[in-house]
Amino acid sequence: MMTRTLALWTMLAMAGLSTAARAQAPVTQPDEHDKPHMLDQSIYFHGIFNQLEGRFGQTSSFRWSGESWLGTDENKVWLRTEGRVEGGQVDDGIQELFYARSISTYFNALVGARYDLDSQPGRGWGAIGIEGLAPQFFRVGVTGYISGEGHLGAKLEGSYDFLFTQRLILQPQFEMNFYTKDDPMRGVGAGLSELDVGLRLRYEITRQFAPYIGVSYLGKFGNTANYVLESGGNPNEVRFVTGIRTWF
Amino acid sequence: MATRRQFVQGLAASAAFGGVPFGAAHAAGTPQVLTGTEFKLDLASLPVNITGQPRMATAINGSIPGPILRWREGDTVTLAVTNRLPFTSSIHWHGIRLPTDMDGVPGFSFKGIATGETFTYRFRVPQSGTYWYHAHGPEEQTGVYGSIVIDPKGGFAQRFDRDYVVVLSDWSDETPTRIISNLKFQSDYYNYGRRTVGTFVNDAKQDGLGPTVSDRLMWGNMRMAPTDILDVTGATYTYLMNGAPPAANWTALFKPGERVRLRFIDAGTMSIFDIRIPGLPMTVIQTDGNDIVPVTVDEFRIGPGETYDVIVEPRDTRAYTIFVQSQDRSGFARGTLAPRAGMAAEIPPMDPRPLRTMADMGMQHGAGGHGAGAAPAAGSDPHAGHGGAAPAPAAASPHAGHGAAAPSTPDPHAGHAMGGSTPQPMTGSIPVVGMTPEQAAARLSGNVAVDNIAMAPMNRLGEAGDGLEGNGRRVLRYTDLRRPIPANDPRPPTKEIIVHLTGNMERFMWSIDGVKFSQAAPIVLQRNERVRFTIINDTMMDHPMHLHGVWSELENGQGEHRPYKHTILVKPGERLSYLVTADEPGRWAFHCHLLYHMELGMMREVRIL
Repeated sequence: MMTRTLALWTMLAMAGLSTAARAQAPVTQPDEHDKPHMLDQSIYFHGIFNQLEGRFGQTSSFRWSGESWLGTDENKVWLRTEGRVEGGQVDDGIQELFYARSISTYFNALVGARYDLDSQPGRGWGAIGIEGLAPQFFRVGVTGYISGEGHLGAKLEGSYDFLFTQRLILQPQFEMNFYTKDDPMRGVGAGLSELDVGLRLRYEITRQFAPYIGVSYLGKFGNTANYVLESGGNPNEVRFVTGIRTWF
Repeated sequence: MATRRQFVQGLAASAAFGGVPFGAAHAAGTPQVLTGTEFKLDLASLPVNITGQPRMATAINGSIPGPILRWREGDTVTLAVTNRLPFTSSIHWHGIRLPTDMDGVPGFSFKGIATGETFTYRFRVPQSGTYWYHAHGPEEQTGVYGSIVIDPKGGFAQRFDRDYVVVLSDWSDETPTRIISNLKFQSDYYNYGRRTVGTFVNDAKQDGLGPTVSDRLMWGNMRMAPTDILDVTGATYTYLMNGAPPAANWTALFKPGERVRLRFIDAGTMSIFDIRIPGLPMTVIQTDGNDIVPVTVDEFRIGPGETYDVIVEPRDTRAYTIFVQSQDRSGFARGTLAPRAGMAAEIPPMDPRPLRTMADMGMQHGAGGHGAGAAPAAGSDPHAGHGGAAPAPAAASPHAGHGAAAPSTPDPHAGHAMGGSTPQPMTGSIPVVGMTPEQAAARLSGNVAVDNIAMAPMNRLGEAGDGLEGNGRRVLRYTDLRRPIPANDPRPPTKEIIVHLTGNMERFMWSIDGVKFSQAAPIVLQRNERVRFTIINDTMMDHPMHLHGVWSELENGQGEHRPYKHTILVKPGERLSYLVTADEPGRWAFHCHLLYHMELGMMREVRIL
């Protein structure tokens, strides 16, 4: 799965590079329909790890959350990945692949698939969402999911950049996951199952490389909390985090 | 790794000039001067080291800038351009009136010059003055530009003893595609002047907490930053004067009492510059190659593509700094006028960073603001430099502004202090092609490519521009430009074409009428048709609009003596117009001369049948 995804990205990246390259042609008069080749349809490729961090508290974990897109201003292939590693187990491994379309000045619509790929049993979902920049510079995203078994889910995300200086930036962030039905195999209960809130202070050594420190709160609710308690875990954990925000 | 100082100031002994002998010490950066009617130009890669980091540039005849081409009005020149770059390139003769197939725009004029090929340009030079030439693609950024000086057949309008070309440009160690890609991911990537907690506290102290909060909310609601002045800044640019970074101190010699002509050319990729010589007034005698009635100023702004010729008369035996700040004050180019080599004068501190206002959003008239005299207030706001003053918070919500807050009959000239010389567009009496602000709002609001429509665009020709108002210096304004002779074509226009300059800063998209170049149809003009181009700048940035092939006669209130230009810097939220006689058939480029705005879509074909 991962290899195939990688191959797809590489292929698309190559296609992008060749599109950006300027055609070479002999010196002659242009055809009536020739036009200058500008860069306004170029394909760009970027990726970011918003979170790449260790979380330290009563128990410690490693968390990643990132996304990558490849495409033009209007059409993109969009990949999102997140997960937590704790005690050799991966959970919350939500992997998503979308076709993204710019639908307004500040928002993109996303249509695609989600696969829960971690140490728990895998689940496949159809996914549809919207993400973008809300007034007052809040970056927000909401995605709805439907599984083959008729389960519904939703993910709500938001973040904000608070500039102390040009390089020292405080980012409050949250992510909430909702489900309509219990999925005991994955330890997921109906209703608001999980709230992940963070406050991270990063220093942008460069725009693309910023180490940070912060705190995170991970809360599990409803039956999700019960599943955690049954397995001897803590449904409410506050942890110190440190990591790197980086993009290319 | 280059130190910050090296990066900003460049290396004192810059290798920007490649293998070309430096010549006299007083003119370390002066490229060779080529004269006559036959020229050979070679485009090739050139290793340079401007900041301490070795890089590969693209150069003409091994120097950056390329050679100064000295032509004579009326001559027929032949220029054999050989492309030794590993990609198709070309040379465009910026501002020169010539047949369309000699204009050097790949895709319009010809296919471009492929690697290893030579293309021979040959055309008659019908004009005189200061011009320049450059590639019409990303390689322009990395060094493919040079100057053209055309001596008038009938002798110079002004007497002068010395004559210097001053080419201003911007160098980055990053490639053009890297910079564009960075901006696509984070459009304020190069803006290190953003508002912070610190500026909030300062503004709150000065203007009060309430106004500061409502100002922040107003901009936040628009999802725009008033600190957005230039997209690419001194964070990556080292600004060059005749190829020399500030530390190399390009120097022009004079004897006290001499009249020195300085021919300024903005060959910058993405840089608008403000030019002054502290202690020395400048008499502006020409713009875009055309004489104007001399006007003496302390400072003037120049946009990429424009040229200004000034005469200075230094009387003292001392050095003077030619100080060229970028519009966002993130860096400067610098040179020296001196009686002998090796001298230097004080480098002044940079001015405060400008801040955009509601006038720049084209919303000054929003609510109750369009009574007489209200309009210029924001532009000349003395607080604009340091950041807080929220002009007319009542005008706030931009989205409400698309409909509700807009005046029902926006008069672009209402309240503007330009007296009786204000040109009166004859909208209504001749056919109009294009969108009014209301139509643009109806069709383009919320469009992916458009983040703002100027509902009440203003005549801003009498303003010096953001960052120059109220600085205590005499600053050149577009209304000052007066051609000594009346217009060549006295016919009134028979058609008006309204062009909206549009963009989406967050996505770093640039377009005209909300449509990018590659998806747009040409603007078609009949041969010898007389047309008024009305430009409405819906964006929050200045755009130097360059029309190839024909003159743009700026309707600046000087009537028949309106100036002839090839590149016109349109202020944010501005509505201006210029007349065009479509007397040269062919396919011409019409675009913003901020290179990346052009590359990303702020361009059209103007086809003259």
